[in-house]
Amino acid sequence: MNSTLSKWLQAPSIIVLLLWMLVPLSMTIYFSTVRYHLLYPERTGFVGWSNYEFFYTDPSFWPAILNTLILVGSVLVITVVLGLAIALLINRSFPGRGIVRVLLISPFFIMPTVNALLWKNMMMNPIYGLFAVAAQSVGAEPIDWLSQYPLLSIIFIVSWQWTPFAILIFMTSLQSQDQEQLEAARLDGAGAWAQFRYLTLPHLMRPIAIVLMIQMIFHLSIFAEIFVTTGGGPGTQSTNLAFLIFSQALQGFDIGVASAGGVFAIILANVVAFFLVRLIGKNLTV
Amino acid sequence: MMTDRQRERLKHRIAAICAWLVAILFFFPIFWMVLTSFKTELEAIAVPPTVFFDPTLENFRLIEERTDYFSYALNSIITSVGGTLLAMLIAIPSAYAMAFNPGRWTKDILLWMLSTKMLPAVGVLMPIYLICQKFGVLDTRIALVVIFALINLPIIMMILFNYFREIPKEILEASRMDGASTFNEITQIVMPLAWGGIASTALLSIVLLWNEAFWSINLTSSDAGTLVALVASFSSPEGLFWAKLSAVSTLACAPIVVFGWFTQRQLVQGLTFGAVK
Repeated sequence: MNSTLSKWLQAPSIIVLLLWMLVPLSMTIYFSTVRYHLLYPERTGFVGWSNYEFFYTDPSFWPAILNTLILVGSVLVITVVLGLAIALLINRSFPGRGIVRVLLISPFFIMPTVNALLWKNMMMNPIYGLFAVAAQSVGAEPIDWLSQYPLLSIIFIVSWQWTPFAILIFMTSLQSQDQEQLEAARLDGAGAWAQFRYLTLPHLMRPIAIVLMIQMIFHLSIFAEIFVTTGGGPGTQSTNLAFLIFSQALQGFDIGVASAGGVFAIILANVVAFFLVRLIGKNLTV
Repeated sequence: MMTDRQRERLKHRIAAICAWLVAILFFFPIFWMVLTSFKTELEAIAVPPTVFFDPTLENFRLIEERTDYFSYALNSIITSVGGTLLAMLIAIPSAYAMAFNPGRWTKDILLWMLSTKMLPAVGVLMPIYLICQKFGVLDTRIALVVIFALINLPIIMMILFNYFREIPKEILEASRMDGASTFNEITQIVMPLAWGGIASTALLSIVLLWNEAFWSINLTSSDAGTLVALVASFSSPEGLFWAKLSAVSTLACAPIVVFGWFTQRQLVQGLTFGAVK
């Protein structure tokens, strides 16, 4: 294949993605520097940095950034650790392993909206929810999870959906581990921990990198779960950056400020992407 | 005293029981949702919860009566499959060219593509909304198909690139010596060899698009509404009608969950970029 043809073949994907990125981005940047309020359409004109200042000095700004990072970080740790543990648990064959596997991965296919509604109503509702019923049956005071521990609850809900994803990948990867090597280590007297630490974990480095990367892509802009459950509250306790922009744009009707927020979100995504690439780049043959 | 062998067997048995317990724990919320969908509204919020009851199909009947489930389901199928096909159409030639004729920038281009996936959609919602309005495609399937193709294109490119790279170059060189054109090369040699990879990529993309919430909720209403939008429409005014909510959720999730069960092996291949066999 000559290089001209190669360029022609590559062009469509690069061009559409460039358009998909640049057109909205430049519009967002433009909106972020003008007055654009849906309720006051007569107010127009260039305002410079003031939308950014407004967004940046919003008392929710730093909590939102912090919540975004806490949310992503906690979900990553929980899903990787739990996913690894469960994948190891079901690695050896036992009666009904096929069914166990199907049960374990099912939450991954549930829609995020359904997932959030399910937990919000049927599990975490302080009166009728199963958690409350369980607490009462042992004589404890039922907890209103979503208003008392909003961020924790969301971390829990998201982890329930994504741990199966980690299990699915680690499980498959464990199957390809060299059994003879493990057997040899065992004969040489290596304990279970040593086997895990020096053989299994190195074998899993690449799958772990993949799990981290894909999840980070999806979790940086988590929206549906928050929208459906807490609406970012109470206060700003469960507002992440994506939700803060949403509430500025669609609840505050201020496109200018929301666009400034969009620019912040894009910057944050790029900062994270930069570190991510350094972290993952070594483990991923691109 | 137990012998080593007995101890080993006991350990296995305990591990198996733990595995079953964990699996039941993970699946329980889904089971509970399906169970609730067959209850009456009163039974659904009963304390203590009812486990044995006369199952009723009333909720499903009401949903069928009030909304057109099948048109929502059809929209979900058309947009998730259509978006996937469109993305594949763009991605296959590009990934092919990048894999077999990599340039100095190929790696950077791929990582840049992936980074576009990290941008929060809400940051560009207004521009996209206004563009759709301008072209008069708000609440149409075609708008959703195009957007779905674009949001999944980076991941699809990444996965296909990795698959194509695993095809030995010697095979292509041999075919070129025999005078095969690039078109023949793709259709007769690369596609058959990468077929498994292409299929698993497509399956993964369909699952992700089926569950995509942000764009389907914000850009569609009645005409092009997907099942995600249907569930969302049931959630706000009827948040406390758990039985109906469960029924509509069950209907919305069942197709893709069953689909996922049958294709789990291919899905893993797609998700791990073909790296984990």
